[in-house]
Amino acid sequence: MAANPMYQFNVYRIGPEIKINNIDISFTNASLFMVISSLAILIIFNLGTKRSIIPNKIQLLAELSYSFISKMISDTAGSKAKPYFSFIFSLFMFVLFCNMFGMIPYSFTVTSHIIVTFVLAAFIFIGVTIIGFIKHGLGYLKLFVPSGVPMVLLPLIVVIEIISYLSRPISLSVRLFANMMAGHTMMKVFGGFVVSLGIVGGWLPLGFSVALTGLEILVAFLQAYVFAILTCIYLNDALNLHH
Amino acid sequence: MLKKIIFQFLTLSLIFTYSAQSAESGGMPQLNPEFWISQIFWLVLTFGLLFIILSKFILPKISNNLETRKSQILENIETADKQREETEKKVKEFDKIINDKKIEAKNFFNSERQKVLDDINNKRLSLEKDIEKEIIKAEEEIDQLKKTSQEKVTKIAIETSSDLVKQLIGEDINKSSLSAIVEDLSKKEMEKHNGI
Repeated sequence: MAANPMYQFNVYRIGPEIKINNIDISFTNASLFMVISSLAILIIFNLGTKRSIIPNKIQLLAELSYSFISKMISDTAGSKAKPYFSFIFSLFMFVLFCNMFGMIPYSFTVTSHIIVTFVLAAFIFIGVTIIGFIKHGLGYLKLFVPSGVPMVLLPLIVVIEIISYLSRPISLSVRLFANMMAGHTMMKVFGGFVVSLGIVGGWLPLGFSVALTGLEILVAFLQAYVFAILTCIYLNDALNLHH
Repeated sequence: MLKKIIFQFLTLSLIFTYSAQSAESGGMPQLNPEFWISQIFWLVLTFGLLFIILSKFILPKISNNLETRKSQILENIETADKQREETEKKVKEFDKIINDKKIEAKNFFNSERQKVLDDINNKRLSLEKDIEKEIIKAEEEIDQLKKTSQEKVTKIAIETSSDLVKQLIGEDINKSSLSAIVEDLSKKEMEKHNGI
């Protein structure tokens, strides 16, 4: 069972079965890691709110993250995106902590499930679309009509733009999900090689496994960053209609 | 980007072949909708709570901290600038005072020296005058003494010589002739004495 690299993605119930109107909302290992990640974020950042002029380590961490994300938002989406700062901050931290907790052996990676990433991406997509229509009214549809395009090509371009716009939640969710799943599966596969090749031939896959762990930690950060920065870019489209 | 896509495709195909080989696998657990609703429910719950707590309680505190630090730093820089300007002013004032005092001291020293020199000169002049007077007086006295002493000496010489003559001869001699002889002799002696 444990040799199956996909086994680590199994979701199972922890505790009793909870059902509301015949809908199963039981507490699972996925829920457990969502709660752990959220609690970790809250604890770390709550420790970082001490009021002192010279910050300690945790305060410095919290403030550096704050200014890092604040800078990222102002760079990509401009000053109009200030009200959405706390959402993007929560989103980045949630994805980052879920990814990072997934790197602990025998833990569960919340973001390696397409349904989780898709719900996040769909929420962002719907939210951004609503913001766009609120800010620009029907003028938001100009997003699909780039300026400076010859009239002949316009129908084709509009169709392509609409498809690319609609595929945003899919690309956003699949990017994160596939990265996390692929990385974790690969580590498991190499781990399996180490066991099956034994003490004689297992050193090479072990080395690979170690290298992959480093790579995966990088990917965990990078994917959280990409997720957040793409959200900023979509938000930028909705807030500052440049087309 | 293309490299990444190829890489992902390769890893995915590796996963699929591997999971197809392992007999008991039922494909990807991600595509099993059994716990989808539960996952969505817990995601909305945890992420929602996280968002609310972060945005209402934690992030304002952090931004407040950053803001107060920034303003405090600016304030400190401002006061430091002010104090620096003040110290520069003070240093200038101090330098000026020192220069003034130096000049004053120099002037005072010069004037005092002049005074002392003048005083010394005056005293020396008066002293010299006094000394000259004294010298003149002394010279006069000496002159007089010289004169009187000569007269006295000749008188004594005449008297002693007349006494001597008297004792020798037992007779008084004419005093005028005697005095002429004594004077003549004393003149000769004086000339010899003076080396003329």
